[in-house]
Amino acid sequence: MTDTAAAVARAHREEWGRIVATLIRITGDWALAEDCAQDAITRALERWPRDGVPANPGAWLTTVAKNRAVDRLRRAASEATKLREVGIMNELERWSPEAPSEIQDDRLRLIFTCCHPALALDARVALTLRTVAGLTTEEIARAFLVPTATLAQRLVRAQAKIRKAGIPYRVPPAELLGERLGGVLAVVYLLFNEGYSASSGDTLVRVDLAEEAIRIGRVLVGLLPGQPEATGLLALMLLQHSRREARVDAGGRLLSLEEQDRSLWDAAAIAEAAALLASARGVPGRYRLQAQIAAHHATAPGAEHTDFAAIVRHYDELLRIAPSPVIELNRAIAVGLGSGPAAGLELLERLDLPGYSLLPAARADLHRRLGALDAAAVHYAEALALVRTAPEREYIERRLAEVRAG
Amino acid sequence: MRVMMSVIVTTEASDDDAEPYVDAEDTAPAWDAEQERRGILLHRRRLQPVEDATTVRVRGGDVLMTDGPFTESKEWIAGFAILEVADLDEAITIAATHPMARFGAIEVRELWTDEG
Repeated sequence: MTDTAAAVARAHREEWGRIVATLIRITGDWALAEDCAQDAITRALERWPRDGVPANPGAWLTTVAKNRAVDRLRRAASEATKLREVGIMNELERWSPEAPSEIQDDRLRLIFTCCHPALALDARVALTLRTVAGLTTEEIARAFLVPTATLAQRLVRAQAKIRKAGIPYRVPPAELLGERLGGVLAVVYLLFNEGYSASSGDTLVRVDLAEEAIRIGRVLVGLLPGQPEATGLLALMLLQHSRREARVDAGGRLLSLEEQDRSLWDAAAIAEAAALLASARGVPGRYRLQAQIAAHHATAPGAEHTDFAAIVRHYDELLRIAPSPVIELNRAIAVGLGSGPAAGLELLERLDLPGYSLLPAARADLHRRLGALDAAAVHYAEALALVRTAPEREYIERRLAEVRAG
Repeated sequence: MRVMMSVIVTTEASDDDAEPYVDAEDTAPAWDAEQERRGILLHRRRLQPVEDATTVRVRGGDVLMTDGPFTESKEWIAGFAILEVADLDEAITIAATHPMARFGAIEVRELWTDEG
């Protein structure tokens, strides 16, 4: 990529959400907003190689997108709609890239609207990637392994619902903010997990989606600095992402935490997450607690030096605010690693998670640590029947072969 | 914007996590009165039982009638209200306070306008 193309790509990433967010507020027209932002990017690709990258790429793109919107509205305005269009055009003229606070609010409005709970979850995810992050329809379709036409249809339907159902373009009022922010964070985390471990298929790590989720997480923390759960989610994603280079070996095989080469963990990301966690105030919510657990793993010099007692305490808190059998499973594993496999197995006995491969895998692992290899083999075989991705399958197969070999 | 809230009655077979209907807790009249007091209730009606519906079709110029609802469904509309609200968020907040939201469901739809 040439320097200019890279500059356009960077400006696209950084400015897309801002430009689209403000255009939607002023015009109320999602398709128009996206088209005009796209036109500005296309124009930049033509002009910047010839004229050089402007001093303020964001302001340049904003001006082009804005002028394009004014042109389109002027052309489309009929006698009947003129009054309304003139009002919109006046407002567009007043829009200056140098009015940061309003633009910040627009970005939040856009994020909350894309993640409105009246939209289907897959629509929230697609809209967030398209409109907030500026990914193309093709890129999103590829990431979710669906045909482009299906994804395009999903976006059109979601935008129509926003218009026809009266979903407001705003930051929710205080009484709704906590609940709605929870919904936004859930979408971002889903996106991250989709990128982190594809739910099916051969590629375990789809780095792009995870990185997009972290990018949106950063925007959220920047826009809502007083929200500790937004901070907690960003820290959690950074910590999980910090292990991306270490999760698989040179042959593409999945490695457990204790098998990983800790020198490959991204120290800068871990440090950033630790600073975020240190800055968060108040009673920790679910993302912050999960981030604290991940931070204990990330900062231990070796698996055997992990502070499992602290991790178990965090799981206790998590279970208090968000009881779930999956969290009980993770707590039981931490107990097994901290206080001995027998104690962990006893807790696992009480759990029932039909179809969930990690429960038999955890039973197998703790039996293996106890030296009960026959029992371990039985549970690994059970897990093998339930795994969904090829790397997980290979991991369980490798473990199963090890315990069978004794 | 104007929305229609349809009060949906569900059966246990179709909606097993709904609270069982308790007549004494069906405070729909109080809900109506509250929306009226706020000046946002434009119209509201309860409907006669769905079993007494008549379904009318014209086929080949003949008027055909069926005794009963359009489809044998496990959910039906027991009544509706039309309200003037600011946006979907306000509609959701109001719908959630209707007693039938617990025993069944409230469907919220904006009325069609010429702008689509």
